[in-house]
Amino acid sequence: MSIARIELVVRDDERVVRLTGLWTLATTSHGATGLAAELKDAAQPDAGWDCLGLEAIDSAGAMLLWRAWGRRLPELLLIRPEHRRVFERIEAADHEPRPVSAPISPLHGVIVIGSATIGIGRHVADFLALIGQFGLNLVHVVRFPADLPRREISANLYKSGVRAMPVTALVGFLIGVVLSYLSALQLKQFGADIFIVNIIGLGIVRELGPVLVAILVAGRSGSAMTAQLGVMRVTEEIDALATMGVQRGLRLVFPKVVALIVALPLLVLWSTAIALIGGMVSAQVQLDISYGFFFQTLPRVVPAANLWIGLAKGAVFGMFIALVACHFGLRVRPNTESLSSNTTASVVSAITVVIILDAFFAIATRGIGLPM
Amino acid sequence: MTEPVIRIRDLSTRFGEVWIHKGLDLAVERGEMVSLVGGSGSGKTTLLRMVVGLLLPDRGDIELFGEPLFGGGIARERELRRRFGVLFQHGALFSAFNVFDNIAFPLRELKRYDEDAIHDLVMLKLSMVELLPRHGRLMPAELSGGMVKRVALARALALEPELLLLDEPTAGLDPDRSDSFVRLIRMLGEELGLTVMLVTHDLDTLAALSTKVAVLAEQRILAYGSIDEIMHIDHPFIRNFFLSERSVRALQNSGLPAVPN
Repeated sequence: MSIARIELVVRDDERVVRLTGLWTLATTSHGATGLAAELKDAAQPDAGWDCLGLEAIDSAGAMLLWRAWGRRLPELLLIRPEHRRVFERIEAADHEPRPVSAPISPLHGVIVIGSATIGIGRHVADFLALIGQFGLNLVHVVRFPADLPRREISANLYKSGVRAMPVTALVGFLIGVVLSYLSALQLKQFGADIFIVNIIGLGIVRELGPVLVAILVAGRSGSAMTAQLGVMRVTEEIDALATMGVQRGLRLVFPKVVALIVALPLLVLWSTAIALIGGMVSAQVQLDISYGFFFQTLPRVVPAANLWIGLAKGAVFGMFIALVACHFGLRVRPNTESLSSNTTASVVSAITVVIILDAFFAIATRGIGLPM
Repeated sequence: MTEPVIRIRDLSTRFGEVWIHKGLDLAVERGEMVSLVGGSGSGKTTLLRMVVGLLLPDRGDIELFGEPLFGGGIARERELRRRFGVLFQHGALFSAFNVFDNIAFPLRELKRYDEDAIHDLVMLKLSMVELLPRHGRLMPAELSGGMVKRVALARALALEPELLLLDEPTAGLDPDRSDSFVRLIRMLGEELGLTVMLVTHDLDTLAALSTKVAVLAEQRILAYGSIDEIMHIDHPFIRNFFLSERSVRALQNSGLPAVPN
């Protein structure tokens, strides 16, 4: 009994369509297209409609009829007043049919390129402004040391520095082992076993250590910073801070940047040491190079300048990772989609920036610390 | 159809060591508009969340339309959940979708309508909650508090529910907006023949909307009846809630007889 039924009654030359049963979303939606086709067939211009037998009708069922009737009430319609009200509501709400999306403009390509260029320009301008703001905050803190956000800096140091130690150690150790193992295979062929110290030492201290740590931290802390600022933006916490006269640059961005400038070189030192141990272990196993020899040779073949370059890289990478993360975090608009796309963009951009900066470092320091 | 729409039997809930509900019973008949009132922390919202299946009670069971909320396979549970709509306190609109897509979401999830039909139905829902077609293009972040509630109501009504559950429908609205929202809910409730259960603190809302009041106190439903009946019960919470000066004024404004002291 509880389904939507259509019955066609032809009396003399009068056609009456009798609708009975339940015309609700639950009963009509299952075979909505079939029912619509059936109604369309029945909806001859001269047909009368008898809806007195309807048990119930809701707006989904009524909409089905309304569409079959060509978006108006038929002239011959028998319906109970409470059901007629449903149609009156539809009639009141009726409007133009669904707008067809506008055809693609012939200048579409130009528009895409233009808006992308403007978008990139805006990113660069905002990012430069952020760096400028950081500089101003630095000057401010030097002049008024009491305003230094100590607690925030310390919290960020702990979160992005101390908590990152296990993962950077693990990755560093394994990279050291892998690098040493692969080099050992090649060096053995030339009988140049002892050069493994040079390869591992230079490679890790100067290049791999800082870049690996920077990529790990960009993925770990960069995403966290962007998401944190983004959610603060969504929940209006940043606005609340602003109304209390707290500068967001000084309180939110500055501590993160300072913390990473300090934490990243320390992490570089830590994971470089562990990676060297990994390399040393692997060299001992593969090439029978004793730990003692490794320790003695290392300072001779890897000048200390390399370590300073590695640490300087760490500080610069840290600064840019934090700045990029804050840049994207502050761009989040109050919806979930924007949060996820900005967090993704933050991590991808931070890693890209790290690689680009590394290339600059490689060129700028090409004459330093490399034994000829 | 004598089956109550909501039947709660011997429900008990514990948060840590604290019993929120203990042996709570309630049966809501079809067509009723029930306001759930109670002090802060008396477990009103918790009860509402249990009725819609977001929380599990520690003991006891809840039936909607004579069927248990859980069990019987995904298809049955989904079918049951489509028979009620929920209006969350803060709207819970999907922030990444615009208004149109928010309302269209449950209809699209049905996978039984084409985009033309969905468009028609969404426009109808928009007009039912007294919004204009152009509002469909706005994002949730661009809406005022009152509009968020209206859109959320339209979304809750998208699947033509028989039961509507409202959590603090007028919280955060100014009195004017709140009045018109209450009028809208009442009009739609009567027209669509909805059963409504709402949690509220606001006496104006309560007086204007409810045919029945359920008082949640002492970990159970202390009293269930019309406002008139409830106000004649002598209990400290009820006296405090309904007979304070402010309450009497609100009830008088709504045309209900003030209770003689």
